[in-house]
Amino acid sequence: MPTYSVSDALELDVGTQLASRTSSLLRAVRGHAIGFAAGLGWAAFGLSCLWRDDIGDWSRTQEVAIAGFAIGGAIALAAAVGLWSRAVGGAVQRRAPWLLLIGLLLAAWEVVTAKLGLLPQPFFPPPQAIVEVYTDDLPKLVESVFASVKLQLGGYLIGAAVGFVTGVSIGWSRAVGYWVHPVLRFIGPLPATAWLPIAFFAFPSSWSASTFLIALATGFPVTVLTWSGVASVSSAYYDVARTLGAKPSFLVFKVAIPAALPHVFVGLFMGLGASFAVLVVAEMMGVKSGLGWYLQWAQGWAAYANMYAALLVMSLLCSGAITALFKVRDRLLVWQKGVVKW
Amino acid sequence: MVSAAALKPQPQAAGAALDVVDVSHHFDIDGAALPVLDHVTLSAAPGEFVALLGPSGCGKSTLLRLVAGLEPPRAGRLLEDGRVIAGPHPSRVVVFQDPTLFPWRTVWKNVALGLEAQGIIKSERHRVDAALAMVGLSGFSNAYPHQLSGGMAQRVSLARALVNDPDILVLDEPLGKLDSLTRLSMQTEIVSLWQRQGFTTLLVTHDVEEALFLAQRVVVFSERPAKLKADIQVDRPYPRHRGDPHLADLRRQILGLLGLDATW
Repeated sequence: MPTYSVSDALELDVGTQLASRTSSLLRAVRGHAIGFAAGLGWAAFGLSCLWRDDIGDWSRTQEVAIAGFAIGGAIALAAAVGLWSRAVGGAVQRRAPWLLLIGLLLAAWEVVTAKLGLLPQPFFPPPQAIVEVYTDDLPKLVESVFASVKLQLGGYLIGAAVGFVTGVSIGWSRAVGYWVHPVLRFIGPLPATAWLPIAFFAFPSSWSASTFLIALATGFPVTVLTWSGVASVSSAYYDVARTLGAKPSFLVFKVAIPAALPHVFVGLFMGLGASFAVLVVAEMMGVKSGLGWYLQWAQGWAAYANMYAALLVMSLLCSGAITALFKVRDRLLVWQKGVVKW
Repeated sequence: MVSAAALKPQPQAAGAALDVVDVSHHFDIDGAALPVLDHVTLSAAPGEFVALLGPSGCGKSTLLRLVAGLEPPRAGRLLEDGRVIAGPHPSRVVVFQDPTLFPWRTVWKNVALGLEAQGIIKSERHRVDAALAMVGLSGFSNAYPHQLSGGMAQRVSLARALVNDPDILVLDEPLGKLDSLTRLSMQTEIVSLWQRQGFTTLLVTHDVEEALFLAQRVVVFSERPAKLKADIQVDRPYPRHRGDPHLADLRRQILGLLGLDATW
């Protein structure tokens, strides 16, 4: 489609020119329509909050409505800026379909819970109830987040370190392999949660018991993958290093370990997933703090909004942890071609 | 391509004498002994360029592994300047058929490998730069191996060997997997590196022309277990000409020894 017509170029007729200018503006707006639609979607969410009185007693409906309008306005503003700025326009257009969907889903959620009560209460709290948790129960949530992160980080780091060292030792030394391999085969596949009752008896505190279990859940995949990584290093690398004068320590630290790193990261990734499960179960069963405990506690009080709020935080934390792991991997494995994007 | 630093004479780089005395070797495969070398005796004078020719799988590469010290021989002795070869040493460096660069290291760090393994990299960094200049890859220090072409990767692996100032350079079909043009230009480069550095060179190849173009002596092996079949002097000055009628004669003679005379 030509952008300039003959009449444009010759300025024959002011009317035609004006019409073509309006149509080009329209075209530009149409290109960014999805951005404006996303703004409207969030505005619809705001409206849905104000549409009629809540069927229950929720104190944050007004604020949530304002937030909905504010976010909708911000999206629309960004879409408008996108008409001139290519960078902003691209960023808005990439996110707009998701933003639109989220706005509409929030509006629908608001209507079927707080306004029409189509979903049974209190099991399906409306958005404002969850926002209320974040504003009114924040200290306890933050405390739980810190407790969970502390427990998870401690257990994971211990498990990853022990698993890595064990894996390298089995992969490198026949003698270590002889003794450790059968134990690994026997104990490794057992779900770490199966140890829970024993661990809580055997360890002096529920915190140390949980740390042990998380370390166990992390350690097994890290050990196995590190070991298979070290074992699969091509002997040609060792030959090259040896002819160049490498000593055994050089072969371990400068050949075997770097060559095995891609495998190690698969193990770290699998271990992370397994350790999340153990963390939550341990917190539900014995530890008196953390997000798992918060979930359990909220359920005991039938505080379903608190459960959803905690679940949301938990998923952000787990996803953040995996993103962080992938970032570390991308830094360390820049030499690999085409690593998977998280 | 060659910098001034690389052209400076290297004091340590004088070739060593190599003696292979009555060496036999076999592999154990499922309990059965598979003989690969049968009473091989051969020697190379300091700075000599010797090519080992033989049918595929005859045991030439095994002989190189023994020379490198990667494995001990089952019988016989290998001597470097009269001393028994007991294990790998950076004075005898191997360039393998595959470049086997470490993919997690940059080109520069790959070349630095030997100096790093010997713990002298801190004071000898300039040798890495010189070796890279010698093979014409100064601009690729920070590249990773997966970014290199086959010929460039093999050049890096050559630089990784040369940086150690080897007394004996062991080449195990280093050009076998390269395209024919890259191969021809690298043959010329190997000759000039050898002339400049003066190391003793042992080249395994199954390319008769390559052996005749490069080496002062061509040793022909039999089928496995490898036995010495002929030891031929290639009495021609460098740079050699590929169409030299004397080389063509030798080529016909060697192909005959390898059982291929009917084709030529």
